[in-house]
Amino acid sequence: MNKKIAIRDAFGEALVDLGYKNNKVVVLDADVSHSTKTIKFGEKFPDRFFNIGVAEANMMNIAAGFATCGFIPFVSTFSFLACLRAGEQIRTSVAYPKLNVKIAAGYGGLSDSYDGTTHQSVCDIAIARSIPNMTVIVVADAQEAKIAVPAIAKYEGPVFFRLSRAEVPIIFNEDHRFEIGKGNLLKEGSDVTLVATGIMVARSLEALGRLEKEGINARVIEIHTIKPLDKKILIKAAKETGAIVTIEEHSILGGLGSAVAELLTKHQPVPMEMVGILDTFAESGSYEELLDKYGMGVSDIIKAVKKVLKRKKSLI
Amino acid sequence: MFSHSSELVKELEEKARRFRVEIVKMIYNAQSGHPGGSLSAVDILTCLYFHQMKIKPQNPSWEDRDRFILSKGHAAPALYVILAELGYFSKENLSTLREIGSILQGHPDMRKTPGVDISTGSLGNGLSIGIGMALSAKLCKKDYHIHVLVGDGECNEGEIWEAAMAAAKYKLDNLTAICDFNRVQLDGPIDKIMPLDSLPEKWNAFNWSVVQINGHKMDEILKALDEANQIKDKPTIIIAHTIKGRGVSFMENKFQWHGKAPNREEYEIALQELEATKE
Repeated sequence: MNKKIAIRDAFGEALVDLGYKNNKVVVLDADVSHSTKTIKFGEKFPDRFFNIGVAEANMMNIAAGFATCGFIPFVSTFSFLACLRAGEQIRTSVAYPKLNVKIAAGYGGLSDSYDGTTHQSVCDIAIARSIPNMTVIVVADAQEAKIAVPAIAKYEGPVFFRLSRAEVPIIFNEDHRFEIGKGNLLKEGSDVTLVATGIMVARSLEALGRLEKEGINARVIEIHTIKPLDKKILIKAAKETGAIVTIEEHSILGGLGSAVAELLTKHQPVPMEMVGILDTFAESGSYEELLDKYGMGVSDIIKAVKKVLKRKKSLI
Repeated sequence: MFSHSSELVKELEEKARRFRVEIVKMIYNAQSGHPGGSLSAVDILTCLYFHQMKIKPQNPSWEDRDRFILSKGHAAPALYVILAELGYFSKENLSTLREIGSILQGHPDMRKTPGVDISTGSLGNGLSIGIGMALSAKLCKKDYHIHVLVGDGECNEGEIWEAAMAAAKYKLDNLTAICDFNRVQLDGPIDKIMPLDSLPEKWNAFNWSVVQINGHKMDEILKALDEANQIKDKPTIIIAHTIKGRGVSFMENKFQWHGKAPNREEYEIALQELEATKE
């Protein structure tokens, strides 16, 4: 297993780097800065850090106000609060006027595992991606979080940036490239394509060994930008491998799986399976155990691959 | 101090009267829109745009301009008629209100309408946005001022009070809220729908400076805006006592005219009444 680093720590440090380089960056948090790690920015740049208290809706609109005056606000809170409590503010004041607000949605998926269902966030991608003008990004490890932050700051327009509390294995090295809207081919393969996002990229790579042992040559694509989706890489994969399994730490309703299905049904329909949380709430518990219990285990990926291959075979 | 010439007051009164005519025309033409709140707010907007605010209509995105946020976005016709008068866009657009392809949306859209500083329409958002702008001004050490017009019904929204706390925390003396206190909301009188008892005391308790005025008296509005500019280290709210539907007798104080267009007969009576008040 690779070394594990928490995505939130990498995010907090990347914000500090960004703060030194760009004095237009301001950071807002809603009384969870020690959890999301924006406190690191707050300590270095107290004049550009605004703790709005437990008032996410207010915070989102304050960020919109900053953006109209030429600042680049990073608004940080837990993901469920960003997309649900402040969802209307995101829609009306950020997305509709296309303001340059970066929504740093911490604690995505089940990563706040012990706090339980109230703090977990399994429908955030679905909500964010259905809002017009919104770009939706989910990072897979600490290295990617680090390079995504300046890329997102450079990009002009609203971004929903889903982060994680979790310590996850480092899968990318210093040479990893991050371009908004571009998927990453992590492994070539011809039998089936695993399309993964977020912390499930590591689990997908973990599944590879077992698949190889069974003689299955799987391609692996990382999709960090759920919207706009990299159509080219996905259509090519569907064409060349004829079977797709999407893998995400999110409800199977409306997330990466849905996005990929919407694309492929139109351009290159092939048998598809989706790994993610079924239409259910989870519970408190250890993170890895929760992922396994709620359908996102390595064995779930393997099961889905076998199922999709069976369907592919029946077509021939 | 802060006394304004009677000529200025007269000039603004006549402007506001003409704007009322245009508001009624626009809503009649569109057969859709919100006359009640537009007519209660138009005197305040007239004072802001024709005297108080530092703006350059020929350069709507001028960085140092004062900002205005119509948090009660449904009063859009009042804002549009003023922006057109100032030359932000041609007056011909006014007759296209709410039509497909129009730059004048049902509620203000900053990307479609020159001069609109932020898109609004769903209630409760504007004051918080104003805080972001006011903090921006402080951060850039600029002296532009932010005015936010909120409705009284809008003060039912929890976010208004979140914003009230935050603006006081940051001592935003470059932020002035104005409450169009016409005491009538969409579904009925505020006392019946959601009482706002002790409104001045509420804002006081949130550490705002509070000024109360008659929101249809130009000299009182001008004086209050000046006063708000002078207050240091805290935001100010001007509680403007107004009459919903002001200027059209059958609309006044009637919740039924919150969001309804007049028919032909009502339209003609309204215009007659507004013309009759011309000096």
